[in-house]
Amino acid sequence: MEKKKTVNLSMKQYGMVFALIAIFIIFYFMTGGNNATPMNMNNLIMQNSYVVILATGMLLCVLTGNIDLGVGSYVALCGAIAAKLVVEQKWAIPLAFLVALLVGVAFGVFNGIFIAYLNIPPFVVTLAGMLMGRGLTYTLLASKTVGPLPDNYVRFGAGFFLTKKVPFGDGHIDIVCIIVAIIATLLIIFSEFKNIKTKQKYGFAIVKPWQTIVKLVVILGIVWFFFYKLARYNGIPIVLIIMGVIVGIYHFITSKTVAGRQIYALGGNAKAARLSGIDTKKVFFWVYTNMGFLAAIAGIVLSARNASATPKAGDGFELDAIGSCYIGGAAAAGGVGTVIGAVVGAFVMGILNNGMFLVGLSTDLQKVVKGLVLLGAVTFDVLSNKKKN
Amino acid sequence: MSDNILEMNHITKEFSGVKALDDVNLKVKRGEIHALCGENGAGKSTLMNVLSGIYPFGTYSGDIVYNGEIVKNHSIKDSEKKGIVIIHQELALSPYLSIAENVFMGNEQTTMRGVIDWTQTHNRAQEMLEKVGLDNENLDAPINSLGVGKQQLIEIAKALAKKVDLLILDEPTAALNDEESAQLLEIMLKLKEQGITCIIISHKLNEISYVADSITVIRDGKTIETLEKGKDDFSEDRIIKGMVGRELTNRYPERTDCPIGDVVMEVKDWNVYHPEDANRQMLKNINIKVRAGEVVGLAGLMGAGRTELAMSLFGREYGQKITGEIYMHGKPVKIKSVKDAIKNKIAYTSEDRKTYGLILINDIKWNMTLAALRDFFSKNGVANTNEEVLAAEKYKKLINVKANSINQTVGSLSGGNQQKVVLAKWMMTEPDVLILDEPTRGIDVGAKYEIYCAINDLAKAGKAVIVISSEMPEIIGTCDRTYVLNEGQIAGELSKEELSQEKIMKCIMQHNSKKGA
Repeated sequence: MEKKKTVNLSMKQYGMVFALIAIFIIFYFMTGGNNATPMNMNNLIMQNSYVVILATGMLLCVLTGNIDLGVGSYVALCGAIAAKLVVEQKWAIPLAFLVALLVGVAFGVFNGIFIAYLNIPPFVVTLAGMLMGRGLTYTLLASKTVGPLPDNYVRFGAGFFLTKKVPFGDGHIDIVCIIVAIIATLLIIFSEFKNIKTKQKYGFAIVKPWQTIVKLVVILGIVWFFFYKLARYNGIPIVLIIMGVIVGIYHFITSKTVAGRQIYALGGNAKAARLSGIDTKKVFFWVYTNMGFLAAIAGIVLSARNASATPKAGDGFELDAIGSCYIGGAAAAGGVGTVIGAVVGAFVMGILNNGMFLVGLSTDLQKVVKGLVLLGAVTFDVLSNKKKN
Repeated sequence: MSDNILEMNHITKEFSGVKALDDVNLKVKRGEIHALCGENGAGKSTLMNVLSGIYPFGTYSGDIVYNGEIVKNHSIKDSEKKGIVIIHQELALSPYLSIAENVFMGNEQTTMRGVIDWTQTHNRAQEMLEKVGLDNENLDAPINSLGVGKQQLIEIAKALAKKVDLLILDEPTAALNDEESAQLLEIMLKLKEQGITCIIISHKLNEISYVADSITVIRDGKTIETLEKGKDDFSEDRIIKGMVGRELTNRYPERTDCPIGDVVMEVKDWNVYHPEDANRQMLKNINIKVRAGEVVGLAGLMGAGRTELAMSLFGREYGQKITGEIYMHGKPVKIKSVKDAIKNKIAYTSEDRKTYGLILINDIKWNMTLAALRDFFSKNGVANTNEEVLAAEKYKKLINVKANSINQTVGSLSGGNQQKVVLAKWMMTEPDVLILDEPTRGIDVGAKYEIYCAINDLAKAGKAVIVISSEMPEIIGTCDRTYVLNEGQIAGELSKEELSQEKIMKCIMQHNSKKGA
């Protein structure tokens, strides 16, 4: 029998992307286009960057079948430490950041030891971490806001990458943005070609060409829309670079490395993973240590964007991060989920928040809508999986 | 006219266009034990699910006539009301609840206002337990303090508590040892005396020919034949012929051209203590060796320490205070973790493939490469997913895993194919020694044959294979040499020529009496 050389693109992983686009378009009409202004697109990035960073780390916890409830508190604590060192102790900014990152990692190590080596349920350990982190933040800041932060600090949350603006239409456009978009386009097309080539080399079936083209057009369409809007505003936000690098690294780790596979295996069946030579304790330990590290980065970014550190910062972020993972298709029982899914999930929440704010919906009702979306997305996921089986 | 308690006529059941049952007929006489035989996937469980209302009336075609009336069961509750109770292969007990509570789970003994009547619960639980031969159990002990054999009997007690007329047992002895199985079969015969009709599904054909009054054979969703005791041939070979549609002349394929080479692994003075009780010695002075191209059996009763021995050798996954030495190719090796064991070319497939062997939500490919990923399919920690696909395709073909593609989730495969995936997973680590713990538990005759063929191929390739099995014919059929384990010690070593069920049992008995003296 002749082997099939082409297959259909699996649509399942793109479902949430379409939902994302649909939500954006709905709000586009509801706000009369206000959600697509260059400034608002920029805000979307800046407002959601820390949730995206947290969701990336949280996904690893969710993959093991657990969650980390403490991230909101670690965000507050790490931001507070960096801000206090810079404002009150006049430390150099890199040094202050380093200390904040170390504190985040220390919190992660602390959690990791209790979870991996003492077998305390993660829910309990991180609930304790949530309380301790918040308490320490209030103590450290004496319940007061520390600020304002110097410009060099604020850059990391609200600043922009190199720009070269030239007049364009009724305003200006940033050439750097356009160059980056062109590079991204080339990279995406190049990697798709390389992918097809390897598949052909191995004699594997490839996705039908027209479907590949549609996929590329959609992806490139989003990229260009996005960078065009940013170019019309102030250029590339620094947080976008931080976020992009983190998402890229963790996407690679989870999808391409042995370490990533071990996390999936642990979440799918810890006993079988152990008997396959995987040190499950070590995997647990690193997943939670990593969460502390990423929470510290998010803490620095958040304080930078607010130009101050407040004791209430990051309140409820853990739930946004967990929700993002679930909306992005991760399974609460563990073993299923992707970094890209979690990022898309974070933006679904972000665009909803932003859109409802622009429409003028009260924050109280916003929570109701967010709750419904979370429930709806997961219900849809569960039911469609059930149908498949 | 014979008195049939149950007639299932022309039952057809489809799953999205695929016929799982195709015009199946089953007639069960009142008061008999009726066995349902067939390979995995033949449709036995589906048929029972139709009967018990799990697949409600309307989702199948055909009639169910029970006690002379056409019944339309819409749920398990419906069928239970009529006295039809099904006991599934997976036990439906709540581990931390007491024995008494479990016996009446879903059927609580209550006073008028829905409050549990504990006196009645205890009295009636005791009554039910006596019926299944568990007279001296503490009714308040949690279920998980009992062994799996007794738990199975509790399931039966639970069914009896529901005033059962027709009891369906789906693979009741799959997880039991010979002794426990025998006890369960005796209880079935006792229930028969009390007028309860039983339908039993089992792969253990010797049990069926012992206990059943008639046998209905199902193959590929169709009824093939019904055999009756006294009238028809009830031998295992006869039943197998019906199940596979051909004579399976040799259930254990011959191993030829397989020279036995040098000693690959040798274990000296191996002592292991219980993981939770440092004073309880589980294995005492074990000395064993395996040669290249040799298949060595580990026989013994349940609890003899076979799995414990295998798991303690495999990276100390069982026990504490382990002493003794392992030699690979004559050189002593230190094995402190599963990773070390894999590095030293030892592989172990667990007796419980679903819990310890497979990640059921993952696909065939990921399961197959899980143990070998680090050493064979990655460079600097980055996985080569293309090589992975190639290897998975190769092994799928090599040991004949029946699946649409290597991207199918393992949870959707039949037991036999799951076992093949586990085997492939460990073959990929290119081991010198494979320890196969109950490699054919709960899988059908055809798949068993294929597993035996795979074992032969491994031996021919110069691997040393250790087979642990509770089924003595399997040990006799596959092994070149056999160690008999009893209470954590080697009770004897038997060559292929002297190996027989009687010899194995004699070894155990002699060992017991020696210890007693």
